[in-house]
Amino acid sequence: MSTEEVLKSKFPEDGLTFSEFRDNRRVVVPAAKLIPILSLLKSDLGFDMLAELTAVDYLEYEGATDRFGVIYVLLNNQTGERLVLKTFINDPSPTLPSVYSLWKSADWLEREVFDMFGITFTGHPDLRRILTPDEFTAHPLRKDYPLKGRGERHNFPIVVRSDG
Amino acid sequence: MAMKDVPDNIFMTTLDAAASWARSNSLWPMPFATACCGIELMATASSRFDLARFGAEVMRFSPRQCDLMIVAGRVAMKMLPVLQRIWQQMPEPKWCISMGACACTGGVFDTYAVVQGVDRFIPVDLYVPGCPPRPEQLMAGIIALQDKIKHGGTLNGTEFARRDHSTGPVPFDKDELIRIREANEQLVSLN
Repeated sequence: MSTEEVLKSKFPEDGLTFSEFRDNRRVVVPAAKLIPILSLLKSDLGFDMLAELTAVDYLEYEGATDRFGVIYVLLNNQTGERLVLKTFINDPSPTLPSVYSLWKSADWLEREVFDMFGITFTGHPDLRRILTPDEFTAHPLRKDYPLKGRGERHNFPIVVRSDG
Repeated sequence: MAMKDVPDNIFMTTLDAAASWARSNSLWPMPFATACCGIELMATASSRFDLARFGAEVMRFSPRQCDLMIVAGRVAMKMLPVLQRIWQQMPEPKWCISMGACACTGGVFDTYAVVQGVDRFIPVDLYVPGCPPRPEQLMAGIIALQDKIKHGGTLNGTEFARRDHSTGPVPFDKDELIRIREANEQLVSLN
């Protein structure tokens, strides 16, 4: 049975939508069923690697109904099969359960998504900023954050020559 | 002792000029290389261009042993405190070259994460433009800096103590402030 058939038979009520684009097989799942579906993919279908975890901000995107899309790219190292799994979450306080317990690679990937989009992953062991400085307050990849920032790049003391 | 008694291999100068001459011909660069300008900096130091001809080939990765900081490449917001710390760790007398478009002005990286010119936050003696500058340009810059050291230097560095105000652009220029206000207004209207 293919991955698609297994998912459809195990989660018939959840309206999983499947699509394919240039050999990438994709599935959109509801955020509430994220952990059961990912657990099944790992334990029964052999997706033993979380290759990628990223997010998209759909603010002002034409035809979009949700604010954030979070994307999990899974890889089965035995068969080489890949699956792109996507889920949607919304303001205020976009939150998803952490998948650190399933794949350890989620550690830094979730920290990056948290840093750049402000999406919290409950159950993550150490959800800190990873790219921007600790004292940074914004989430730069959100579409309502200006490209040139809000003055963070100029907020430093000036060292003059006589300071040594 | 009359001048006619001085042998040919002895010449008279001031102590300031002698010290400046010695300093200018043995600069020890601190390569603060963060991007592609760093590659040109390495090329400048290697055999084809041979920075050793100008006495500046001893690249030291400890700021305690350097007297010339070469900022080669873009400096990210997170890197700037490190740059300032390294600059302050260098012993006197010391000089700074801002190499390339990004170190001088931020270059094409006009984003929230990139400092728009290191001269806003640390003193810069000489700018080398280019994206990245050729090794010849950097060497021309170093020769110009040697000239500056020879003509302006004093033994105890009093010329540095007089430079007690920033010579770079103000970090927040008027356009920046207007833009920040507009961004905040836009944020309020979105929420």
